[in-house]
Amino acid sequence: MSKVLVVVETDGNAIKSASLPGITAGAQLAQQGGGELHLLVVGAGVGDAANAIGQAGYGAAGVHVADHADLAPFTTEAWTDVVVGAAKALGATALGGTATSTLRDVIPRAAALLDAPLASEVTAVTGSNAFRREMSAGRAVADFTASGSVVCFTARASDFEPATPADAAPVAAVDAGTPNKRGAEVVSIEKTQSARPALTEANVVVAGGRGMGSGENFKPLEELTDLLGGALGASRAATDAGMVPADLQVGQTGKVVAPNLYFAVAISGAIQHLAGMKGSKTIVAINKDPEAPIFQVADYGLVAKWEDTLPQLIEAVKAKKG
Amino acid sequence: MKILVTVKRIPDPDASVKFANGAVDTSSAKWVPNEFDQYAVETALRLAEDAKSKKRHAEIVVCSVCPAAQRQHITTFLAMGADRGVVVDADDTALDSQAVAKLIAGVFKKEGADLLVCGKLSQDTEGNEVGQRVAGLLDLPIASFAGGVTWDQDGKAMVVSREVDDGVETKKVPLPSVITCDLRVVLPQSVKNGVTPDDYTYNEGPRLASLRGITMAKRKKVEQLKPADLDVEAGSAISNTGVNPPPARAAGQIVESVEQLVEKLATEAKVL
Ligand SMILES: Cc1cc2nc3c(=O)[nH]c(=O)nc-3n(C[C@H](O)[C@H](O)[C@H](O)COP(=O)(O)OP(=O)(O)OC[C@H]3O[C@@H](n4cnc5c(N)ncnc54)[C@H](O)[C@@H]3O)c2cc1C
Repeated sequence: MSKVLVVVETDGNAIKSASLPGITAGAQLAQQGGGELHLLVVGAGVGDAANAIGQAGYGAAGVHVADHADLAPFTTEAWTDVVVGAAKALGATALGGTATSTLRDVIPRAAALLDAPLASEVTAVTGSNAFRREMSAGRAVADFTASGSVVCFTARASDFEPATPADAAPVAAVDAGTPNKRGAEVVSIEKTQSARPALTEANVVVAGGRGMGSGENFKPLEELTDLLGGALGASRAATDAGMVPADLQVGQTGKVVAPNLYFAVAISGAIQHLAGMKGSKTIVAINKDPEAPIFQVADYGLVAKWEDTLPQLIEAVKAKKG
Repeated sequence: MKILVTVKRIPDPDASVKFANGAVDTSSAKWVPNEFDQYAVETALRLAEDAKSKKRHAEIVVCSVCPAAQRQHITTFLAMGADRGVVVDADDTALDSQAVAKLIAGVFKKEGADLLVCGKLSQDTEGNEVGQRVAGLLDLPIASFAGGVTWDQDGKAMVVSREVDDGVETKKVPLPSVITCDLRVVLPQSVKNGVTPDDYTYNEGPRLASLRGITMAKRKKVEQLKPADLDVEAGSAISNTGVNPPPARAAGQIVESVEQLVEKLATEAKVL
């Protein structure tokens, strides 16, 4: 029988919402293989979080806990040790989770140690060992199978619904061995402070590009973002130029988002950018160049300078919202 | 100090993707070096050189798994400034990431390298796996998704700022270790080696090969190995059942004014 083990991340005493889509992918895989879903909580002092996760259950048959002082702050070296240890101890046939920066670090390393294939950043689960993923900046879609006694996967958050609470699941410590950081040391963590929803979870994303000219000029975009309760995004050109922090980059090598509404302002629409946002439900492009490729994916295009349009747009949205 | 850098050839990412018989058709593709590998080689060069005196403090070996006859990209990287090359002669398109990682781990051991620098992903298959896998196979620490690297020569370590989902994490990894490069590692002041003055400003992006570099590249050594030389049985546990273009988005419309846009967003798209 198949046994799917999904690694979940915690924040204080709760599961990180970013982990929920990965649980859904794992549940689909378990269902396709007629097997069970299990969750693995990794960290230091994560007992309360694990209990809360057990309460919510998420359709899992069991919640397993690897708790050790050396597992926080996160290092892939230490985490992979216990993830592999737990996968072996539990006899997992599949191992994965959401394709966060944490698991994109851990799961490939774990796959190497398990001598397993990795279905990386999948957009769909199509069988007990069959998946779909995008390649070449979203211009090719591959259906494929991954074979082995253990198969690893990471799931693209924008393509799986967040898992929802269900019946409670039993919580137990798993004997996953002792983690070893191999001399690695986290010197500091600078979190981008924001009261806005996470880029990958927001219903609305307002993104600016090189044509904004400066970080200062992002102010009206931020105002629009907050009016809509959305998240701010950017193109690589804008993040490289330091207009906004790097973690706001949308695209092939940044975040992949699929909100209800995406604004691309002063963004040309390079394929690498499109790869990160073309799954959005409604796309609005504002660009002064009528030839900009972004108009080819936009549902609504406005050929205009942002300087002339954003103030008006902000007022109009305010009026609409009452 | 010896730095091994992984490099790969990919079909030109600026050309359109062609399909034939449920697969990507690369028969007429123009092969070019993967952009992230250019960043990796640039990172290695900035670590190895004194940008002022041009003196080198480390040897740079580029390594590629590809058909030996198709190793033009290695020459490109030698022209950029790498010292020598290793090609593992295999059809990389028929290998999965584990096989590639085993081959690279084998070369790393054979070379007795101190640092492995990889691009974070290849622009065609987008696996984002190989660096992490090699680190696992060699039981080494890794700093993935590097946006900045500082060589702590006294501490025999690399201090790496990593681009993570919600900000930047700074991680120190003792040598030998692995680094995978993200985009911003090629900004003008992202790499510091304790030799080049810290305020030195590089041009943004990977350097272009000079004429002299191109001439010299022809004389640089490229060692050719077979997977069997590294005791690796190279195959793939991943098998594509069909590769197709994505469904096209329905055509959109150009609106004339902000009023019209807001009206349509509210009544037509119903997203306001
Ligand atoms: C390996 C690799 C990975 C990459 N990954 C990503 C990625 O993940 N995400 C990403 O975004 N890019 C990525 N890129 C970069 C990508 O190729 C483009 O260079 C980038 O997206 C361009 O950003 P931009 O659209 O803001 O800038 P530009 O292409 O310079 O476009 C600026 C646009 O602003 C418009 N404009 C200028 N002034 C105004 C004004 N006043 N009002 C209205 N419009 C105006 C212009 O008409 C133009 O269309 C990657 C590139 C490589 C090589």
